[in-house]
Amino acid sequence: MRLNDCDPGLKFAIAAEPGGEGLKACFSCAACSARCPVGALVPEYDPRRLIRLALLGDREQVLASPLIWLCSACHGCAEVCPQDVRFSEVVTAIRNLACRAGYAPPSQKAIAKQLAAHGRLLEVTEFENNKRAELGLPPVSESPGDFQTILGLAPESGPAPGEGA
Amino acid sequence: MEALVFLGCTVPVRNLNYEVSARKVAEALGVKLVDLPELGCCGYPLKSGDQRAALVLAARALAQAAATGLPLVPLCSACAGTLTEAAHHLDHDPAARAEVQAELGPLGLTYQPGVKVRHLARFLLEEVGLEAIAQKVVRPLSEFTFAPHYGCHFLKPSRVMGGLDDPEDPRSLARLIEVSGAKSLDYARLKDCCGGGVLGADEDLAGRMAGGKLGELTAAGVTAMAVVCPFCNVMFEGQQKAIAKRLELEIKVPVVYLTQILGLALGFKPDELGFKLNRIKPKELLEAFK
Repeated sequence: MRLNDCDPGLKFAIAAEPGGEGLKACFSCAACSARCPVGALVPEYDPRRLIRLALLGDREQVLASPLIWLCSACHGCAEVCPQDVRFSEVVTAIRNLACRAGYAPPSQKAIAKQLAAHGRLLEVTEFENNKRAELGLPPVSESPGDFQTILGLAPESGPAPGEGA
Repeated sequence: MEALVFLGCTVPVRNLNYEVSARKVAEALGVKLVDLPELGCCGYPLKSGDQRAALVLAARALAQAAATGLPLVPLCSACAGTLTEAAHHLDHDPAARAEVQAELGPLGLTYQPGVKVRHLARFLLEEVGLEAIAQKVVRPLSEFTFAPHYGCHFLKPSRVMGGLDDPEDPRSLARLIEVSGAKSLDYARLKDCCGGGVLGADEDLAGRMAGGKLGELTAAGVTAMAVVCPFCNVMFEGQQKAIAKRLELEIKVPVVYLTQILGLALGFKPDELGFKLNRIKPKELLEAFK
């Protein structure tokens, strides 16, 4: 990493995102790293290191890194942080910036499309509602129109994409 | 007592055993779960891509709940966490509230502060109470041992989810298991994350995260693991075979929902609680209820 290539504005851009403001309070104690269940299995994943890279302004290493997508959002880091950095929120802010910079993983687009079309991650059709009725369960909405308005996306016109979780 | 049930994405489509058993248990305990078919996703899946849009989706649900005047009771821990955080944020930040209202207004919705969000398990503990549940137990499950899985979003971040339990030394689910007469196992990996949050990004990593807990519980030999979140269920039940194969582990742990355990203790039959839809059958338990 060359410091001359770094972007000192990156930390301000992250801090301006909801949940990103804690970044600047980090004093590198590594309590988050010690607690992280992902870091325990993936040595190159280290919340403290990601924060340092962000503070130094290594834009590419942060926004384009596949590592930022490995946080499982367990919030263990937020429980132990003496500085109230809330790394799990900071990494969400970083992911939002990464998406806007063109580094969104394909799954993010698919999620938005699916929600716009069905109001849920999983498609609900007459088939699902019939299955529910057989078990005595009330119907759920098959396509709440306001999701499309909120997300500004037209529903899928072709066959439904692969189902998620 | 009435509550507005929040089903979210996964439960009403993939986890009908959870929904059926939750409704039975609520009813038996005097909680009327009210339905609003147009409630959809809580916004959680959108957070990584666009948390402002995610917040509007959460606010949409909270506005719909406010119009009913009822507390909002999700079955999923990710929904409970997302909606609680959103309500906390919007109730304390007038600027964020105004921003969100600008999007909700044209949809005919009004955000009103003060909606109480509580996961069903938490609602049962805090509103119904252990004593009232114990009085309704007709079939104590004293010969069985369940391993509670708290997951992450049921108790964390404690900044907004606090007041129920200590995420560093949780007891709430153990108490709900014990009220059924069963034993609750305290184990080394009790607080481990299921890995569901990274399933989309790295399947192998997610599997290794869930695999540790499944390995420990296989060795411990419990009746079943007890979960309160459909995402945790995806990892521990839905992915269990794939994890065993990929990691070459000898694992087999039945997974049940807490509400299925409570339902049996309250006198319901396994068929009334959706046990047919459990993919790794808790044989020991089902044998006893033949």
